[in-house]
Amino acid sequence: MMNDLSSQSENILLQCSAINKEFSGVKANSNVSITVGKSQIHALLGENGAGKSTLVKIIYGLLQPDSGTMRFSDAEYAPKSPKDARELGVGMVFQHFSLFEPLSAFDNILLGLDKNIDVKSLREEVKTLSESYGLEVNLSSYIGDLSAGERQRVEIIRALLQKPKLLIMDEPTSVLTPFECEKLFKTLKKLASEGTSILYISHKLKEISFLCDTASVLRKGELIGEYDPKKMTAKALGELMVGQTLSQPKRPSATKKKNRVLSVSMAEVKPDTQFGVTLKNINFDVHQSEILGLGGVAGNGQEELMQLITGERIDRSIDIKYLDSNIQLLNPHKRRELGMAFAPEERLGHSAVGSLSLSENSLITDPKKRFQTNLGFIDFDELRNYTESVIEKFNVKTTGAQAVASSLSGGNLQKFVVGREVGQRPSLLVVNQPTWGVDALSAANIREAIVEIANSGAAVILISQDLDELLEISNKVAFLTNGLLSIPTETKNIKSSEIGALMGGLRAGETI
Amino acid sequence: MDLLEINFAVLVASLIVASTPLVLAALGELVVEKSGVLNLGVEGMMIIGAVSGFIVGVETGSAYIGMIAAAIAGALLSLLFAFIVLIMQANQVASGLALTIFGLGLAALMGHPYTGIKSPQIQTISIPFLSDLPIIGQMFFQHDLIVYLSLIAVFGVWYFLSRMRLGLVLRAVGEDHDVAHSLGYRVISIRFLAITFGGAMAGVGGGYLSLVRVPQWTEGMTAGAGWIALALVVFSGWRPGRLLIGAYIFGGITILQLNLQAIGVNINIAILSMAPYLATILALVLISSSGLHGTRGAPGCLGKSFVKTV
Repeated sequence: MMNDLSSQSENILLQCSAINKEFSGVKANSNVSITVGKSQIHALLGENGAGKSTLVKIIYGLLQPDSGTMRFSDAEYAPKSPKDARELGVGMVFQHFSLFEPLSAFDNILLGLDKNIDVKSLREEVKTLSESYGLEVNLSSYIGDLSAGERQRVEIIRALLQKPKLLIMDEPTSVLTPFECEKLFKTLKKLASEGTSILYISHKLKEISFLCDTASVLRKGELIGEYDPKKMTAKALGELMVGQTLSQPKRPSATKKKNRVLSVSMAEVKPDTQFGVTLKNINFDVHQSEILGLGGVAGNGQEELMQLITGERIDRSIDIKYLDSNIQLLNPHKRRELGMAFAPEERLGHSAVGSLSLSENSLITDPKKRFQTNLGFIDFDELRNYTESVIEKFNVKTTGAQAVASSLSGGNLQKFVVGREVGQRPSLLVVNQPTWGVDALSAANIREAIVEIANSGAAVILISQDLDELLEISNKVAFLTNGLLSIPTETKNIKSSEIGALMGGLRAGETI
Repeated sequence: MDLLEINFAVLVASLIVASTPLVLAALGELVVEKSGVLNLGVEGMMIIGAVSGFIVGVETGSAYIGMIAAAIAGALLSLLFAFIVLIMQANQVASGLALTIFGLGLAALMGHPYTGIKSPQIQTISIPFLSDLPIIGQMFFQHDLIVYLSLIAVFGVWYFLSRMRLGLVLRAVGEDHDVAHSLGYRVISIRFLAITFGGAMAGVGGGYLSLVRVPQWTEGMTAGAGWIALALVVFSGWRPGRLLIGAYIFGGITILQLNLQAIGVNINIAILSMAPYLATILALVLISSSGLHGTRGAPGCLGKSFVKTV
């Protein structure tokens, strides 16, 4: 028996036993026990609010458990701060990068280190690290100028400099392009092969079955079990995670010839900000009951195009027709009155006012004046009913219609915003990154709602970085690359081998 | 009226003296703001420094001890501010304004028995050889210790913020306190230290006013110097070097208009007295409209309360 234990513990790096953590009455972790082996890539799977983040924050010393013990490298482990955790060999790369945008990449790396070390030798060390793990980054550039992938590389370098035995990656691919993801996977596999264990948090099932050796599934703060992701289908894992069967929305069936709802045509539009993208030769139509997917890596003109469609930015030179009338000079509110609905990417500040309640947020995007009496007073009953129906239908986790928008987590607010827009029954819905940072079940709900509204006759423009999402529900897709839009192509005619080329700026059929 | 009556060397020497309180107070506030805290109480801390420095200076007969007392008094008042905004997480703007009002009132009360008394003298230190240089010697190398220290402080703050690790940490805290916290830096402690430093510097600046520049105690003697110091921080784009230049420009105009008044230039005195303030406004407008740096140097978390969330 003793022998058994010791030989087992040789391969164990981290052992968490019966961890409990409660936040004002809500159990974030209840009796969670996981074991991470040496050189293992261990997935931590779960929905938003399943307790993954709480658990890793406990491991990283940002939170202290209410009860439960941890062992790390064969010793008691109870870090009081991230500093303790780093000293003992635990590194972490956050989902929302903990980087200082106005500082240079190098200063950021320096700030992540606990000891005052020689700047020159640090530069050397960073250089060798980035070369051997494919983590290229320009050290003197400001973080604000770097792409999400580059920022993540800065974070990884920073974590690796501590020579961690365990590296925690919190939803690392949520902001990356497919190419950057592949690069990251290579880096992680190399690290694991050299003895570093990786605790990998995600709700993207495909990458977990590709990358990870073991997966612990959490649901509502409890550990459901430990599984081998290579032996299970993504669907089965997803259902374990959610606790119910997942529906796969089908794209709307666009059979008959439908009316054109929106047509956009522009020759060249220069950006109004210093770091913006110039849009060139963009022409597309979207019809009734059709979902047009606009893909491509964020920062290639999506934001600029969205602003022109919503009317946040007015440009006389573009030609934009809604149901055959010219709307190029109308502001967003006027456009909404005509039956357009928008859900921009930036939740606080563009799609919702953080300091206002959810009800009030419904009220300010009420083009049809549903929530007003004839005398112009607010119809509070109607407003509350509508807001509560959105909250219920989209499973928004909040204290109620009176909660202020900024009190919701990003994913929950996103569900609310999309629900609010869909609930207006628009003839045209424009959504930008609708499922970014939203868990699998809610993402499926959001997609379903989008498909449903298209089926009921609305036209939808879906701007998304998520390729699977685009291919799954849109009828046509086009890709934005450096301000150029590829010609919209029927989704069902696209071969997966062509997509890379389309994203790289080639037109369909031009593939090499 | 003859412009040549103005002695250029004396003018420069006295503009340096006139600017030193501003340099000191603004430099302290620069560090405070770099850590992400906006302390609008500079004026209050200066006047408390002025009155405390004066009282202690008169009672002990030593201007230097007075200066030290001024620094301590300013720092003590700033600790009150630090407690209110960092621990109680009150609004920084309102708390800063309250600090100024409180400081002005308290100083008037404390200083009442000392009105009209002359302060102890502070010796000028002539730097050997350099002070013997014609004109330049008189301009730059025949000052008191505090002037030299203020220049060293400008260099020191620059070196600290741009070359030292602790300075980098302080800037990082000011740019994004949530990130700094998640990396394990102690946001509240760092801001506490920065605010205390700012208070001590404002106190010394005030002490210099009542012990050297004027040198006596009158109620409300700071006359907006704290506000000018705040403006200088923005004017400088949060850079110590530019702050020094800005302070000397402001001080220069102050001294020049006094000289112009003295020789009886035919401009309304009201307008002449306005000149330094007008120049400050003009400089601020020019800078923010030119887009040269404007608010680009402003720390990301300036004025925001830090609430620990994990």
